[in-house]
Amino acid sequence: MSEQTNSTDESFSFDELPDAPPKRKIKLSWPGKIGIAIILFWSVIVVIGPSIAPYHEADILDEELFILPGSDEMYPETEFQPPSKIVYLGSDYIGRDLLSRILYGARTTIGISVLATLLAYLIGVTAGIAASVGSRYLDMGLSRVNDALLSIPSIMFALVLIAALNSPGIFWLILITGFIYAASVFRIARSLGQEVMVSDFVEAAKVRGEGLWWIITREILPNIAMPLATDFGLRFVWVILFISSLSFLGLGVQPPMSDWGSMVKENLPGLVLGSYAPLMPAFAIASLTISVNMIVDDLSAATGGKLAKRMIS
Amino acid sequence: MVWRALLARLGISLVTLWVVSVLIFIGTNLLPGDIAQIILGQMATPENTAVLRAKLGLDKHPIEQYLVWLSNVAMGDLGISKAGLGAGLGTPIVEMLGPRIDNTAMLTVLVGAIAIPISVALGLLAAMHPGTRLDRTITFSTLNIISIPDFLIATILVLVFAVSLGWLPSIVYLRGDESGWVLTKTIAMPLLTLVILVSAQIIRMTRATVLNVMSSPYVEMAILKGIPRRRIILRHALFNAIGPIVNVIALNLAWLVGGVVVVEQIFSYPGLAKLMIEAVQMRDMPLVQACAMIFCAVYVVLIFIADMATILSNPRLRHPK
Repeated sequence: MSEQTNSTDESFSFDELPDAPPKRKIKLSWPGKIGIAIILFWSVIVVIGPSIAPYHEADILDEELFILPGSDEMYPETEFQPPSKIVYLGSDYIGRDLLSRILYGARTTIGISVLATLLAYLIGVTAGIAASVGSRYLDMGLSRVNDALLSIPSIMFALVLIAALNSPGIFWLILITGFIYAASVFRIARSLGQEVMVSDFVEAAKVRGEGLWWIITREILPNIAMPLATDFGLRFVWVILFISSLSFLGLGVQPPMSDWGSMVKENLPGLVLGSYAPLMPAFAIASLTISVNMIVDDLSAATGGKLAKRMIS
Repeated sequence: MVWRALLARLGISLVTLWVVSVLIFIGTNLLPGDIAQIILGQMATPENTAVLRAKLGLDKHPIEQYLVWLSNVAMGDLGISKAGLGAGLGTPIVEMLGPRIDNTAMLTVLVGAIAIPISVALGLLAAMHPGTRLDRTITFSTLNIISIPDFLIATILVLVFAVSLGWLPSIVYLRGDESGWVLTKTIAMPLLTLVILVSAQIIRMTRATVLNVMSSPYVEMAILKGIPRRRIILRHALFNAIGPIVNVIALNLAWLVGGVVVVEQIFSYPGLAKLMIEAVQMRDMPLVQACAMIFCAVYVVLIFIADMATILSNPRLRHPK
């Protein structure tokens, strides 16, 4: 009893301080909520996919599996089989289980894309902040190099590099993609950083005598984190589509590894045979990219995208 | 004043093009080892390797090589391709490019002619009725189109028009002498795919641009004066949005470069992008260089047009203080 009174006596009263601004609530629309569910689903698959897959990604299924009970056909076709109890999503162009390959491929496709996007952010944000806090010459130098990189269509850049490196492995694929996309991240990080650098509170921090590192970590980074996070989503979508396109062209992830983009390519001939095999991995990519875009759409609406709409209606 | 701004932009474009040429040259020469030997492959003997090295100028200093290459490119000599090396000393790249450039140019011009009017109209329509069901449908479906891979759209179109309905061929086989209806049918699939891809982008950006103009003070003034919305959009907003819209169109045509690569590959359309993919797979570096240079040049020109549109349509940029 006495303890309680003590604690109330000692607690400070904050009445004279202004109320903290209400926390901005992000309202998710229905597409946004479904998007989050789909992303969570694929994240789980990235982790457990290979262990719940019925077959290995490179397993070419035995003909025996496809012999129907009561049928006397000894050598049934295994390629481009329709979905059944043996292969839940059907089989691919050399008779591998499509479901297993999609489950394995999730790790490859999403893993590579996440790593490449993170790399792009690491390079882009570091250089962008350096350009916004550094000297005028550093800024000019970095910006000119960046402009030159941005003036090459990203797919051209990748094609030239891939040709020069002679179909390199996954490591190089991540490196090339991260490098190419770092250019656009740099541009955003630099302009956001510059905006913060000229604000009054950075001025105040400088006058207080805070060091450059303190300003970067305590003032700039927290202030540019939210817009960068929204941009990260969009950039991630571009990277997935980019890597899938490269794989689709036969220049990205190489067989026998399964990856959604190359799965579409290798199964494309099945389309005229009435197989939906190329559509499944393509839909997997689409489900992921559409989900991210729906969430980003909600986020940008919550941070002022609806302003223009409010003005006229 | 206008001319000074124009010339400044032209200068920047030329410098960009030069930097791009340096980057492409470095990119294609990244590979350690002897390009002549790689080109000849199994046919390499010390003698013919030396001949090819001299022919390609590989015995010179890299900077000299670059200058020779650049002056050749400027004079229209793009070098020789690896193709046909068995017989003589390769095919001149210029001969290979001619028909391919025609095909790709035909495709992209048609795409532009179809996509631009449709998508600007749809974008305006969405911007005129923001928040309505029509607007929500347009924004939602275009967002979905830009988020899915190019090849999914192409695959669905093949499934519908080639496999189910059997109306159109799933692979483009151009002999070069088709015209009229036959030609239309032959290239309909890649055309349709690219139109869908580009339209989605242009619709979204047109809508955003017009809405952006609609939130400016003079439009608010017009609203307060009680002018009907249709009149505000057609008389006040549209003229100020023309510059940004042209900018959007040019940017998206430049962006077509990427879409064309995938679409030409799917439909085996005999265009420049497919030639480049083949060159990359064959490691035909001179051909890769030539194709990349052409694509980048087109890209830079389109970006230049986009910038020009912005400058010319904005009096403040036209007459900088």
